[in-house]
Amino acid sequence: MLAVEKNALSEEIESYVNKYGNDRSSLLMILHEIQKKHRHISEFAQQEVARLLNIHPVEVYSVISFFAFLNSNPKGRNLVRICQTISCDMKGKKQVVEAIERELGIKIGGTTKDNKFTVEYANCLGLCDMGPAMAINDRVYTNLTPEKAVELLAKVK
Amino acid sequence: MEAIIFNPKEKRRSGPVIFSEYKRGDAIRKILTMSREDILFELKDSKLKGRGGAGFPTSTKWMLTAAAKSDKKFIVCNADEGEPGTFKDRVLLSEYPELVFDGMVIGGYTIGAQQGILYLRGEYEYLLKPLEDYLEEMRKDNLLGNNILGKEGFNFDIYIVLGSGAYVCGEETALIESLEGHRGEPRNRPPYPINTGYLGKPTCVNNVETLCAVTHIVMKGGSWFAKFGTDKSTGSKLFSVSGDCEKPGVYELPWGTKVSELLELVGAKNTKAVQIGGASGICIPKSQFDRTIAYEDIPTGGSIIIFNESRDMLHVLKNFMEFFVEESCGQCTPCRIGNYKLLEGVEMIERGEYTFSYINKLKDLGRTMQVTSKCGLGQSSPNPFISILENFRDEIFNRPNGGRNGR
Amino acid sequence: MEDKTTMRAPVSQKPHIIPKPEHPEYIGGSITVEINEKKITVPFGTTILEACRQNQIHIPTLCYHEDLCIAGVCRVCVVEVEGMRTLQASCAFPITAPIKIKTASPAVRKARKHILDLILSEHYGECYSCFRNNNCELQTLAKEYGVDHYNFGHIKSPRYEVDNSSYSVVRDMDKCVLCKRCVRTCIDLQEVGVLEAINRGHETHIGTFFDKPLAEVICINCGQCINRCPTAALRANDPRDEIWAAIDDPTKHVVIQTAPSPRAAIGEEFGLEPGKSFTGELNTALRRIGFDKVFDTNFTADLTIFEEGTELILRLYKALVKKEPVALPQFTSCSPGWVKYLEHFYPDYIDNLSTAKSPQQMFGALIKTYYAKKMNIDPANIVSVAVMPCSAKKFECNRPEMNSSGYKDVDYGLTTRELAQMLKESGIYLPEMPKSDFDDPFGDASGAGLIFGATGGVMEAALRTIIEFVTGKKVEDVFANAEIIPVRGFEGIRYAELPITEVGEVPELIKHLVPDWNWLKGVTLKVAVAHGTANAKKVMEDIKAGGRFSQCHFIEFMACPGGCIGGGGQPIPTSPEIRKMRAKAIYDEDNSLPIRKSHENRHVTDIYKEFLTDGPCGHLSHKLLHTHYVKRGKYIA
Repeated sequence: MLAVEKNALSEEIESYVNKYGNDRSSLLMILHEIQKKHRHISEFAQQEVARLLNIHPVEVYSVISFFAFLNSNPKGRNLVRICQTISCDMKGKKQVVEAIERELGIKIGGTTKDNKFTVEYANCLGLCDMGPAMAINDRVYTNLTPEKAVELLAKVK
Repeated sequence: MEAIIFNPKEKRRSGPVIFSEYKRGDAIRKILTMSREDILFELKDSKLKGRGGAGFPTSTKWMLTAAAKSDKKFIVCNADEGEPGTFKDRVLLSEYPELVFDGMVIGGYTIGAQQGILYLRGEYEYLLKPLEDYLEEMRKDNLLGNNILGKEGFNFDIYIVLGSGAYVCGEETALIESLEGHRGEPRNRPPYPINTGYLGKPTCVNNVETLCAVTHIVMKGGSWFAKFGTDKSTGSKLFSVSGDCEKPGVYELPWGTKVSELLELVGAKNTKAVQIGGASGICIPKSQFDRTIAYEDIPTGGSIIIFNESRDMLHVLKNFMEFFVEESCGQCTPCRIGNYKLLEGVEMIERGEYTFSYINKLKDLGRTMQVTSKCGLGQSSPNPFISILENFRDEIFNRPNGGRNGR
Repeated sequence: MEDKTTMRAPVSQKPHIIPKPEHPEYIGGSITVEINEKKITVPFGTTILEACRQNQIHIPTLCYHEDLCIAGVCRVCVVEVEGMRTLQASCAFPITAPIKIKTASPAVRKARKHILDLILSEHYGECYSCFRNNNCELQTLAKEYGVDHYNFGHIKSPRYEVDNSSYSVVRDMDKCVLCKRCVRTCIDLQEVGVLEAINRGHETHIGTFFDKPLAEVICINCGQCINRCPTAALRANDPRDEIWAAIDDPTKHVVIQTAPSPRAAIGEEFGLEPGKSFTGELNTALRRIGFDKVFDTNFTADLTIFEEGTELILRLYKALVKKEPVALPQFTSCSPGWVKYLEHFYPDYIDNLSTAKSPQQMFGALIKTYYAKKMNIDPANIVSVAVMPCSAKKFECNRPEMNSSGYKDVDYGLTTRELAQMLKESGIYLPEMPKSDFDDPFGDASGAGLIFGATGGVMEAALRTIIEFVTGKKVEDVFANAEIIPVRGFEGIRYAELPITEVGEVPELIKHLVPDWNWLKGVTLKVAVAHGTANAKKVMEDIKAGGRFSQCHFIEFMACPGGCIGGGGQPIPTSPEIRKMRAKAIYDEDNSLPIRKSHENRHVTDIYKEFLTDGPCGHLSHKLLHTHYVKRGKYIA
């Protein structure tokens, strides 16, 4: 990471800390902001957060590792999460997953070579009445069929 | 195709209590003429119990928080519904936010909190922006902020914290831990949040649906509410229905409804089993469909998952156990390792490599988990293992899987 | 450290203050409960576990540790409370009502067995190939509950890689039971913050920042986590094999120095109660197992007092007389854990650290120069071993700058535990050894060097000499029996003031550095002592903020709670009571010695005549006995 980039990131994190406060109770909100912008929370960013909130870096890392939606390592530009819980499972999650895996040429948990997609399972998305469901970034799509799912991916930039 | 629309304007649902008529701010206007005691009295009269699943009397919780002495108190709305098969809070937040937020304001007024926090599950991130805009509107109308509706000293505001994909954060002390910037690991209790909650201050954590009920109770009175449902389970309940039925969705029905009645209503055919209360609930077979859904028989947070004759119950159980192995916070031994052992047991049955004595040992382990786990997650996660293996033993142990079926 | 409520800990693990109820039944702050049908009265808010222990009712524990805040995660200590649906963790359950408790009902026994079965099912390895064999809390519990087979299977292959990147601490997470004692030690007790739980659910494990090897994160090597680990998940990096090889190699001249704290604690490794030193017995034992010479680290502790004391006088002289800018207060530098802590967390203050090496490293440098020359041995053939109560000493002797003799000054740091193991391997039962003295030319040392082992000891030793040097009076005339009580004890932070009302002659040895003492007349010497890095942090923050500690002249810091006697290389277990007994052993030994002041140690004064002829802080001692530090900072690359 270049020094310029580091400075910019530090400044960015400082702005979040100014916005939410330098108490540890701001941690989750600050992490969300970083993750939203950078799609992951890097080593450097975690240490900056720790420094500004006066906690230990390992505590930040520990919290991030606890939550399924926060990640320390970069993922693809678009994050596809397919609900794996029972209602969606019964409505044909497997077929949707297979279609997506075929289309993108990767397995669940993987990232495409062009870094465009990362595909993961998620636990219950709360869309059980409209399963199978999946989320692409922060938007959700329901009543999927394998065809529909693949079409949706094609529309993503 | 994008399914969830934030649309509080157009009401498409109807129901006896929650989905009955209400206009934003009405309850707040009403409490201006009421004392704390008046509100607590109505709540007590309503016999409302917490709708998250545990069923703790709301009036008691509020009374204790109101009685706690502190310079600062908090009311937290627990919108971290993560129980598989539950989505009622999604509907309430996207279609009835006025009920939720007005309920929080009432709570703030009653317990003496000036700050409300909505803990929104990360999966509902798409609701964050519209809900924040909605709060802004409320501020413009002086339903939030300082001196609400001109009442001197009635200050209350709400902010939203987004969760990050952790089922266990629906447990109230885990939720508070995560609000404080820690891992979402449940705390030792006592002390309870009503004394020592968020930032060590008295904190009242309520389910979304509970707060909606409160808003209606304030408008129409506790005795009106208590007319619905049964003696011990007053009012109505929102059911999130999914699985094998024609009309999945959210239904508002009075407590005391029979399982068979509910199945009829949602157009379930050839039903073999119903999972009531989500993954941590219990699974009942056809022979028990005349049981009633109420605290006195089958209590639930509202998740109803329907399985028809074609479903493999062992597969269902495996799905649930995988869920718990992933979603356990991992701090206490029985939950961290116990769930993993139960999942292993399911896989053994799947492969046909098991002995009945070992499966019985696992059931016994499940019973230990129910009493030794630190929080509700580990205490209830063995429920499906025990109930599915007991209620569907013929199907499960006579699987045509080519393996050795029980030695 | 004693006050658990002030610790910055995750709220879930903090002991909560239970509000006193207003009910008349509870007046007087005590409450009567029924435990196993016996009525017991305890103070309101006492936990069930405490109530049971006070009444000799045994409850097994695993995640509970006296030094740490409550976690309530292992669930081994569950008990039945009448009227409650679930069993309750007795360590975390405060008694606030007249409850009825059963501590060994059938439900409780079954639950505990199940929990042990679960832990054992994922505890990789076998007891007989484990260094904690016979000293493992999990093993003890398994025996207590009659576990005779693996009820829920046993893990067949390791899940984690052993991390032996650190010179000091080895982590084997396959043996971890996730009691989080190490986490609470590292974050709360020491406030270093290296270890935390990573991931969740079944994937939970204890890890470092980005799961990096320990050597790459900001570990200070204090080893306190090792002392509190119930199993063998944490241990020190063990150099026994190399040392045995050296002993067996006839071309090698193997010498060993022993520090006072291991001598005061090693009896525990042989099953004895804490509180007795085995100095003479150890000398004999070490010779028997093949060490060529046995030296007393206290010799260089006495030397440290000369070097560090002179350094302090020079700093004060510069500040008070020459009015030159100089870093004050001076910090002690004998605790390598503390040194690394400062380098990481307060790098701007490294100038305050005394440049004097620790006694271990001073000795290392002297052995391969002065001693080698005197004995006519090629220093290349000397293998220098140090028995220390400390895991950080292993890191210290491997610091690249520690080679002023032209060789690696100290080859191996050996912990008390590892030394006991070597003795056992040789068939030696230490308590039955005859006593013998240390070898010349360093001989026996003073009681001042000895008390370095307990918190406040370095300060007391320094003051014994400074008082006599400056005032010309006997220290006994100022403090009865030369016991400088204000700096003793186990309070986390201690502060003392010593007004200098009269001055004497400057001793010959440092006359060339300061002409007279008049400039010290009327000065009040302000000193402080802190042990445990959490307390060190408090002092450092106060200094940063310009508080009263910034006005101090000299501060003793020890990384470990209790000082060296509570070091990370000491016998397991540890507790406030055990540390108290070890300290007592050291103070008792000091009391029994004829020479109790560093400047009265003839061997030390001799070495300034024979070898370090330009005196304390002179040219040669700067080369051999002083060092420099690194501004490490907190950033983890």
